[in-house]
Amino acid sequence: MTTTENSQDAYAAERDTTEGRVYTVTGGDWDELVASVDPVSEERLIINLGPQHPSTHGVLRLVCELEGETVRSVRPIVGYLHTGIEKNLEYRNWTQGTTFVTRADYLAPIFNETAYCLAVEKLLGIEVPRRADVIRVIMMELNRISSHLVALATTGMELGALSMMIYGFRDREKILDIFEAVCGLRMNMAYVRPGGVAQDLPHDGVKMIREFVDYMPKGLDDYEGLLTGNAIWQERTQGVGYLDVSGCLALGVTGPVLRSAGLPWDLRKTMPYCGYEEYDFEVPTHNGADAWARYLIRLEEIRESLKIIAQGLDKLEPGPVMVEDKKIAWPAQLALGGDGMGNSLNHIRHIMSQSMEALIHHFKLVTEGFRVPAGQVYTAIEAPRGELGIHAVSDGGTRPFRIHMREPSFINLQSIPALAEGGLLADVIAGGASLDPVMGGCDR
Amino acid sequence: MSDEATGTGEDRPDGVQPVGMQVQKGLFGVTDSGDTSGFGGLVQATPFGAETPSTPEPLGGYFDEIVGALRELLGDDVTRAVVVDRGELTIHVAPDRLAEVCRALRDDEGLRFELCNSVSGVDYPDQRNRLHVIYHLTSMTYRRRVRLETAVGLEHPVVQSVTAVYPTADWQERETYDMFGVVFEGHPHLTRILMPDDWEGFPQRKDYPLGGIAVEYKGAHIPPPDERRAYK
Repeated sequence: MTTTENSQDAYAAERDTTEGRVYTVTGGDWDELVASVDPVSEERLIINLGPQHPSTHGVLRLVCELEGETVRSVRPIVGYLHTGIEKNLEYRNWTQGTTFVTRADYLAPIFNETAYCLAVEKLLGIEVPRRADVIRVIMMELNRISSHLVALATTGMELGALSMMIYGFRDREKILDIFEAVCGLRMNMAYVRPGGVAQDLPHDGVKMIREFVDYMPKGLDDYEGLLTGNAIWQERTQGVGYLDVSGCLALGVTGPVLRSAGLPWDLRKTMPYCGYEEYDFEVPTHNGADAWARYLIRLEEIRESLKIIAQGLDKLEPGPVMVEDKKIAWPAQLALGGDGMGNSLNHIRHIMSQSMEALIHHFKLVTEGFRVPAGQVYTAIEAPRGELGIHAVSDGGTRPFRIHMREPSFINLQSIPALAEGGLLADVIAGGASLDPVMGGCDR
Repeated sequence: MSDEATGTGEDRPDGVQPVGMQVQKGLFGVTDSGDTSGFGGLVQATPFGAETPSTPEPLGGYFDEIVGALRELLGDDVTRAVVVDRGELTIHVAPDRLAEVCRALRDDEGLRFELCNSVSGVDYPDQRNRLHVIYHLTSMTYRRRVRLETAVGLEHPVVQSVTAVYPTADWQERETYDMFGVVFEGHPHLTRILMPDDWEGFPQRKDYPLGGIAVEYKGAHIPPPDERRAYK
C-alpha cells in the first residue's frame, strides 16, 4: 500500500493512543493493511501440535517455531499422561507391583513386568525356574513383535500409508489372541510375577505360537512389498530424523534408534538376562541413522524375534513355572475354566475345606505379601524402544520403598529437537514416529 | 469427634493432608482398633537410619579398578563411601563434586562410562540428608555399570547438575526436581516436567500423601489406598 504523508486510508483510520497505534478497520483489504504496518522481514510462527493430535503418538505436545515450512525449534512437552505409577507402587505389596508397572508402557507390558520382576528377584536373591525363564523370553519376543507392528502401523498411518496401519494392527491382533489364551488378557496382563510367571502355557499355547511363527514371515514380506519399494515411503523417511551414534549416546537414546545409527548395542547380547545368551540371533544394525533405517531395523528385529521364539519353543521342557519357595510363590493357582481364567477350584477346595494352614498361608501372602531384604538394585532389559531399567529400593518390608522406571520413551523423546530442528514441519512427524514413543511409558 | 472441619485441608498451609511417614509400629498398621497379634509393641528399626558403611576392600571384580582410578584422578576424598551389594557397585560422592566425578568417569581411557542410563531420587525420611540422587552409568566399551549416589538435606537441597557431561540427564534431573524438590545447580532450565507447572509440593517425598478418594461399592466404603488397614 502506498500512502503519502497526509493521505488517510478511508477504510482504516489510525490514531495514536497511550497504548500504541490503533487502527479502525471498517472494510477494505485486511492483508494490505497488515502488510503495510507489519513489514517483518523474518516471519516466525509458533505452532502448537497436540497434546491431542492423531499424529503425535499419544498425548505429546510439541511447540514448534516455524520459519515458513522450516522448523527452527521444537519443544516437546510431556506429562499429560502422568498417573503416579511410581508413587502408587509404594502403597502396594511387591506382587501387586506388576499390576501397576504393566500399565506404564502399554504396548510392551511384558517388558515392564519382566524388568520389575528381575529387580525384585535380584533383591530377593532368587532364581526362577528354567521353564519360567523360557516362557518369559517367548512372551517378551511376542510382545516385541506386537510393539514393532504398532510402530510400523502408526508410522504408516502418520505418513499416509493407511494400508500399513490396517495390516499392522491385523497381525498384532494374532499376538494379542495368544496373550489372551495364555493369561486371559490382551494387554496389561500382570502375567510375569516375582518368582516366575502367573501360570503355565495352556495346552494349545505352543501350537498357537508355532502357527503364528509360521504365519508372520509372509506378513513381513507383505509389508516390505507395500513399503520398502514405495517411492513415497522412501522420500518421507530417507534422510529424515537423522541422529548419529554420538548424538544417541549424549542424549541417552537406546534401542532401534541407536542400532539404526550403527552401534550394535542390544542388552540381550551385551548384558544378557533371562538366558538370552543361549539363543542364536543377530542384532541388526544400519548406517542410515534416519527414519528409514529405523523402519528397516524394526522389520529385521521382528524376523530375529521369530527366530528366538522358535528356539524358545524347542527349549520348553516340563517343569515348574514359579519358584518352589512357598513363602514367595503366589498361592492363587489360577486355572482355565469354562468361562475363562479364574481361581482354581481345586485350590479353593483345598484352602476352604481341607487345610486351615493353607488358608492362613494364602491369606498372609495375598494380603501382607512377602518381605524383601533391604537394599537397592538396578536391572535393565532390552525393551522394544530401548533400555528399560528398574531402580528398586527395599527397606526390608512388604512394599517397595521406591521404584524408578528408566523408561526408554521418556529418554528418547528428548532427542526430538535434535531430530527435527532445521527440517520441515512434516518431518517432525516422521522423525517423532521413528522414535516410537509411548506416552504411557514416558509419563508413567 | 471434635468440631474441627475435616477433609477441607483449610488448616494446612498447602492444602495437603499430611500422612506422615510409614512408621513401623506393631505388626499391623492399625490405629483405630486393637492389634490382636500380640506384636502391638513391636517397633522395627528402619535399615536406613545410620550412615552408610563402606564395604571393606578389596571389592572384587572390576570394582577396585574403577574406585582406584577415580581416587587417582580426583583424590582419595572423592568417595564418601563405596558399597558393593548384590553384585552392584555404589559410589557415594559429595553433591558438589558430581559433575567432575561424571566427567572423569566418562573421559578416562580406562573407565569410559559413555552412557548415563538413569537418574532417580530416593527419599529416606529418617536421615539428616534425606534426599538422595542416584545416577546409573554404563560403560559400553567395557560393559560395566556403576551407581553414583549423593545425599542432600531439606534445608539446602542443591546438587550439581551433570547435564554438561551427560545431556541425557536433562529431563531426568527435571523429573527428580519435580518429584523430590532437589535443585540441580547448573541445569539449563530446571522446571517441572511431569506435574503441572503450578503444582505445589514434591509428590515422591515420603511425607507427601498418595491421595485418592474413598469408594463406595454395594454399600461398603473402601478408603483410599494409603488409609486402608494393611500390614506394614
